[in-house]
Amino acid sequence: MREVNVSLLTSAVAEMCTEANYILGDDVIRALEKGLEEEVSPTGKDVFRQLLENARIAREEQVPMCQDTGFAVIFVEAGQDVHFVGGNFGEAINEGVRQGYESGFLRKSIVKDPLQRENTGDNTPAVIHIDIVPGDKVKLILAPKGGGSENMSAVKMLTPSQGVKGLVDFVVAAVTRAGANPCPPVVVGVGLGGTFEKVAHLAKKALLRSLGQPHPDPFYAGLEKEILERINRTGIGPQGFGGRFTALAVHMEVFPCHIATMPAAVNLNCHASRHVERTI
Amino acid sequence: MEVKSIKAPLTDEDVLSLKAGQKVLISGVIYAARDAAHKKLAELLEKGEPWPVDLKGQIIYYVGPSPAKPGQVTGSAGPTTSGRMDAYTPAVLRYGVKALIGKGSRDEATRQALKDFRGVYLAATGGAGALLSRSIKESEVVAYPELGPEAIRRLVVDGFPATVINDAYGHDLYEEGRRQYSTE
Repeated sequence: MREVNVSLLTSAVAEMCTEANYILGDDVIRALEKGLEEEVSPTGKDVFRQLLENARIAREEQVPMCQDTGFAVIFVEAGQDVHFVGGNFGEAINEGVRQGYESGFLRKSIVKDPLQRENTGDNTPAVIHIDIVPGDKVKLILAPKGGGSENMSAVKMLTPSQGVKGLVDFVVAAVTRAGANPCPPVVVGVGLGGTFEKVAHLAKKALLRSLGQPHPDPFYAGLEKEILERINRTGIGPQGFGGRFTALAVHMEVFPCHIATMPAAVNLNCHASRHVERTI
Repeated sequence: MEVKSIKAPLTDEDVLSLKAGQKVLISGVIYAARDAAHKKLAELLEKGEPWPVDLKGQIIYYVGPSPAKPGQVTGSAGPTTSGRMDAYTPAVLRYGVKALIGKGSRDEATRQALKDFRGVYLAATGGAGALLSRSIKESEVVAYPELGPEAIRRLVVDGFPATVINDAYGHDLYEEGRRQYSTE
């Protein structure tokens, strides 16, 4: 049994909040550079130029790349041989969010109650997903999630007979309906299988993968490619101004499902596909 | 790509000179207001009461900036999704606001109101908040400070880049751009 003081979670989360918001990952930068080179629409090319320039300013001046610094969504993979000591696990993570958003000059975007809508003032609470895994390490993944793209999410309880075509049509329709709203070029997270609540979680997890890294199963890698091509034929383009690059990547996460079901979910990220990892 | 410089606030002639697809650089005074401020402004319109700041003839920018670091005029300040303001926008245009800046498509009622009241809807690049903040030269909260990032701010901008989406003639760049590049 390894003891981990929860204050380590607080300091790690605080640093990750600023890092995720200031520094756009190399995987995304490469995808934007490819877009700049290959986009056929002049206004679309101009969008890629602006996004690359924006990423450079954010990194160099240590400011958030987007004013929507997101809901702090945190995935924790806790080793089963870890014993957390020194305080409350969830409170330690929330304290990290509180400190990171305050010291990093990040926007506080969370309201206490969905209907009464008073700002909590410190961007807490975080959404925390916990997996217990073998070992004595703790892996933290922070993925700040913007509201505009989150609003374009969709879940559909497809049925087995709808098959590949039903899935592809559903994903393309969700991205088409979203249009310019989620700030294309987008990253498309697709969940497939599980249950109603599991499939939404899968779609979110799919967004954590590095851009350009295909699904390990060649069948799903091929399907990701097919869906991406379909999406990029819509013509929506960067920022919805028209063009070939509506999405930078499609990532799928798949889980077994019931003989009667085929749940599917779409969760979109804007180009600011922010996610950082730490292992304690 | 031709870029047109425009001075805010806009006259009717300015609005009528803008066409969907045109890229503009805006200089002058614009006002930041998003969801919570719109709700309050719409309630005042319903009650027939005056707004805390007169926005007749002005440009509204849908933005909730991140906090400014010491020495900065503003934090990152890119557009938020405009569609959430659709419920309020026909009344806002009827009141006399001339232009709106955000990102994403508008509903039928808003597009009709842009035609009826000679208004224009522009998009700034979503996700480019750090870049866009550079063209904001002054920022001051002028109403509803209790709304934090959603307070109404008076912004002085210089060369703020935007693209005309819906002009006063009923054109829509999102529809036309997509049609031009679709290979479905």
